Amino acid sequence: MGFSIGSAGVRTGGPRGNLESYADKVDGKSFNLKVLRYLLVFVKPYTLHMIGAFFAMLVTTGLTLLSPFLVKVAIDGPIVAGDIDGLNQISIIMLVAFVSLYLSSMAQRYLLSWVGQKVLADLRTRLFEHLQKLPLSYHDTHIIGVTISRVISDVGVINQLLSQGLITLIGDSILLTGIIIVMLSLNAQLALVTFAIIPVIVIASMIFAKHAKTAFRNTRAKNAHLIGDLAENLTGIRVIQAFANEDTTSERFDTVNAANRDANIEAISLSFIFLPTVEFLSMVATGIVLLFGGISVANGAISLGTVIAFLAYVNRFFLPVQELSQLYATMQTAMAGGERVINLLNTEPTVNDKPDAIDMPHIKGHIEFNEVYFGYKEGIHVLHNINLDIPAGQMVALVGPTGAGKTSIANLIARFYDVTDGTVCVDGIDVRDVKQMSMREQMGLVSQDPFIFSGTIADNIRFGKPDSPMDEVIRAAELANVHAFVDKLPDGYETEILEDGANLSVGQRQLISIARAILADPRILIMDEATSSVDMVTEALIQDALKKLLANRTSIVIAHRLSTIVNADQICVIQAGQIIEQGTHAELIDKRGLYHELHERQFVELN
Amino acid sequence: MAQKVKTLPRSSLRRSFGFLTKYRDIAVGVYLLALIINGLTIIIPQAIRWIIDFGIVQQDIDVLVMAVIGLLVLTVIKGFIDFVLGRWTEVASQGVAYDIRNAIYEKLTSLSFAYHDKAQTGQLLARSISDVERIRFLTGRAVLRLFQSSILIIFTFFALLWMNASLALLSMLLIPLLAYVAFRFGRIFRPLSLDIQEQLAEMTTVLEQNLRGSKIVKAFAQEDAEIDRFNEQNQKWFKLAERQVIVQTQHIPLIDFIASLSTVVIIWYGGRLVIEQSITIGELVAFTTYLGQLITPVRRLGVIIPAVAMASAAGERIYSILDAKSEVEDTPHAHELPAIEGLVQFEDVSFSYFNQQTVLDKLNFEAKPGEVVALLGATGSGKSTIINLIPRFYDVTSGKITIDGNDIRDVTINSLRDQIGIVLQETVLFAATIRENIAFGLQDATEEDVINAAKAAQAHEFILEMAEGYETKVGERGMTLSGGQKQRIAIARALLKNPRILLLDDATSSVDTETERLIQIALERLMDGRTSFIIAQRLSTVRMADKVLVLENGRVAATGTHEELIRESGLYAEIYHRNLRD
Repeated sequence: MGFSIGSAGVRTGGPRGNLESYADKVDGKSFNLKVLRYLLVFVKPYTLHMIGAFFAMLVTTGLTLLSPFLVKVAIDGPIVAGDIDGLNQISIIMLVAFVSLYLSSMAQRYLLSWVGQKVLADLRTRLFEHLQKLPLSYHDTHIIGVTISRVISDVGVINQLLSQGLITLIGDSILLTGIIIVMLSLNAQLALVTFAIIPVIVIASMIFAKHAKTAFRNTRAKNAHLIGDLAENLTGIRVIQAFANEDTTSERFDTVNAANRDANIEAISLSFIFLPTVEFLSMVATGIVLLFGGISVANGAISLGTVIAFLAYVNRFFLPVQELSQLYATMQTAMAGGERVINLLNTEPTVNDKPDAIDMPHIKGHIEFNEVYFGYKEGIHVLHNINLDIPAGQMVALVGPTGAGKTSIANLIARFYDVTDGTVCVDGIDVRDVKQMSMREQMGLVSQDPFIFSGTIADNIRFGKPDSPMDEVIRAAELANVHAFVDKLPDGYETEILEDGANLSVGQRQLISIARAILADPRILIMDEATSSVDMVTEALIQDALKKLLANRTSIVIAHRLSTIVNADQICVIQAGQIIEQGTHAELIDKRGLYHELHERQFVELN
Repeated sequence: MAQKVKTLPRSSLRRSFGFLTKYRDIAVGVYLLALIINGLTIIIPQAIRWIIDFGIVQQDIDVLVMAVIGLLVLTVIKGFIDFVLGRWTEVASQGVAYDIRNAIYEKLTSLSFAYHDKAQTGQLLARSISDVERIRFLTGRAVLRLFQSSILIIFTFFALLWMNASLALLSMLLIPLLAYVAFRFGRIFRPLSLDIQEQLAEMTTVLEQNLRGSKIVKAFAQEDAEIDRFNEQNQKWFKLAERQVIVQTQHIPLIDFIASLSTVVIIWYGGRLVIEQSITIGELVAFTTYLGQLITPVRRLGVIIPAVAMASAAGERIYSILDAKSEVEDTPHAHELPAIEGLVQFEDVSFSYFNQQTVLDKLNFEAKPGEVVALLGATGSGKSTIINLIPRFYDVTSGKITIDGNDIRDVTINSLRDQIGIVLQETVLFAATIRENIAFGLQDATEEDVINAAKAAQAHEFILEMAEGYETKVGERGMTLSGGQKQRIAIARALLKNPRILLLDDATSSVDTETERLIQIALERLMDGRTSFIIAQRLSTVRMADKVLVLENGRVAATGTHEELIRESGLYAEIYHRNLRD
């Protein structure tokens, strides 16, 4: 177990510094027909469910409206008249109504929620498949955390849009209309007086929704700070201890911790202003009904039962009015989320298989670059007029300063990107004319930041060939010189890898990724700084193994440590996107050019 | 190793409430206010009943007006108390969360590397965030509502009994059933929601790995396999979500149904009582209002009781952190380490992680003040362990390490680490400015000190090239520095600290030759005159050393200067020639 400290290694080479930060735009239009239409496509397979849910909703609403009316009928009729039989009848009708309400609300709830969750799952699958199709250039320019929040949070927000948004909109509108109609028909005058309270609730709810949105956004931000600070300090805990700096970081943590506490108290306090306000308004409405209703009863204008039914209806219209007035804020967030998801789904993969793409035949390994130009961003060329001929089975080394374009050349061979101009051919076939999968199945890559997936060590070595038997896994590990280490672990190859490969040193991760490439048995192998984090002793051992491995395969090796590539069949010195020197080690040393200079620097004693 | 202290559930709960002691006044106030609120909640339906019976039925308009005004005044008072109650509850329980988080943080910084090797950052985070939230809920609204609901049920029962005993008994019959269904729902639903969250986290992991490792996935043409893997997790998630939908469908409409049954009972039996003139119509309405008022609190009981159980489990997890014993602690008689001369001795030092693999096996060597000791060996030979033992990140399993003759276990950890500088292979930068990162751990360093350190570390130039120079933000959400740049910042950090003992890892192989040269110069300046231990990755480093320790399986296989080893050690000569063949 080494002294490995969190934080992923730094990637050099390739398209660095191209990251665009995608600020989370929170507010969108509250109603965007385009977004809605797009999302409804995902609901379409479940049309029948939705029709069923709609009918259940109508029945539920109707029955919800019926029960206060039945109470009124009971009071004004049998109870006032002293008619026991009538009372029994009404009671039975009520019972039947409640049983039906129970059944219909079960159906409504089940159908709506089920479709909601199903659509979520479908959307996530679609997004994941789409992400797999997108080329590396997408991943270079998009922050991982942002993409994750598209698939996880924004999709969740869409569910809100569908269930809370649309359903609330439709359900509450029907319910509210129903209540208004029933109240008007029971007694128009009393109804109109009572409705005077509605605008007040709407305004209060909208004011609250606006403030609450800010306040809760603030709590989320403060909470994110809290988590961020804690995560950072936990990752750097060894450095903190090494520098005996516990006190300062504690102080800083205390600050964000307190800010989180205060933001939460403020946000919750807001709710405790709003809820009593609604309760007060509800009581005002009740008061209106009692006062005006009471006077009308005295006049004989309406019955006592009507007043009591009114009390029940008044209680019922508060919730939908509140929900509807807060809907605006919910919909705004949801629509914005929906728009972001749709944008992601609409991102066209730029590296595509042609419609007439063929399967790559068995690769012999002859690679050609013909007048290749390439850039990660339009107008900025990273590679200029690269011409390179790698005969099958040769080992070619790419050397040169950081940012010269070495990784870019390797990226083009595997067609992670498409050339801007010129052609890259494998065995004489343009890489754009074959199916990407059929070609990459015959290639292997060991990159400088050795990526380890969760799962066991064996799973990781098997990554390119999931069906490999254990003895092949072990053989690959032996060749990569990692077997002895794995074998010593209590669980051996079945050792679960912790998050970010935390239980492995960078060197060990690199060795595992070499074993992975060995097992995949590729025709073309790309080694991008493959042994940069391995200690000298181990590297020397790996060099021997690699020599055996590389025989009969074409390999492209990128290295800073020149000792590892002196045996290459061909060494290309890359500078500023061009090949400036080319030849064997001996030839290049004789040439006394840049290679010679690099070599001198590395091997001459420093003073 | 973290000692898991088993805490009994009850004592875990008691301990959680212990955190409320600091907020005792507020907490007591909250419960008193809750009693008042309950009283008001009981009075309001009586007022309505009074309005109906006297104001409406007996047509007394004055009573009607006065009563309605009275009702509104009661509501305003209740609303005001509700606000104070809610805010105080939040103040107390957020305060508890804040205190626990600070306590956890303090504890985590004091636990040794051995603890952090075993603990996963994600888990520690989850405990400090979600588990603490559960305790907060428990000490705040949960228990308050438990109290409020129970009191309200009892109050209501008496109010109903007072109006009419037989109708009271009949209509309250349904309450236990309602409570049972609500409780059953809470018991199934809560853990299920947690499972769903965990499954979502699982999916996030797959997704994140695919995004970070997209190059590998593509390079090995594993897109389809990864889609299958994601879909498998997604399907698991959907199964859980579907289960949740079913549980909701089974319970929520049923709760509403049971509640509405009480309306039927009141109309059917209560109506009969009105006809018989045993109760008034106002009382009938009051009955429905009371029972209506009970539904939400009873439902809540169902949600809260399982939450208490979960808070108890959360408490156990939190207290296992707070009670963890650090393996490396100051002994009671620890004294300050005097200013270090720099003599470091390992005497029969053995070390094994978690008593499993022996990493160091009776190691003996010494470094004289100012000497540079290079450590050379294969992965797992014990190089990093030697570096980790000197600042007491771990304690030796047997044997001892002394500095100027002091056993490092006899001095205070702070006085020891204050005099040791460390530059690691993977440099962690904090989300702060470059200046703050260089002055890390040294609050009183002047601007000039920082710049001088950066100059010596060959970092000054690239720092000045940045838009905001030393004030440039780095780390998460800040500028991304290259590996070579980070390393030079770390060297500057160590230079500024001006330690007598230096521990270094010179892994600079992923930087280009020019950067490597700059780092080499910086390292030489850094080591000048200090006792230094350096994990050698390059031969130039080895040649710089006064002494090379060639390690093999936790033992010193050979030792001496570069020249001596070339002559005497076969292993060394082999490594040397392999790296220098040209």
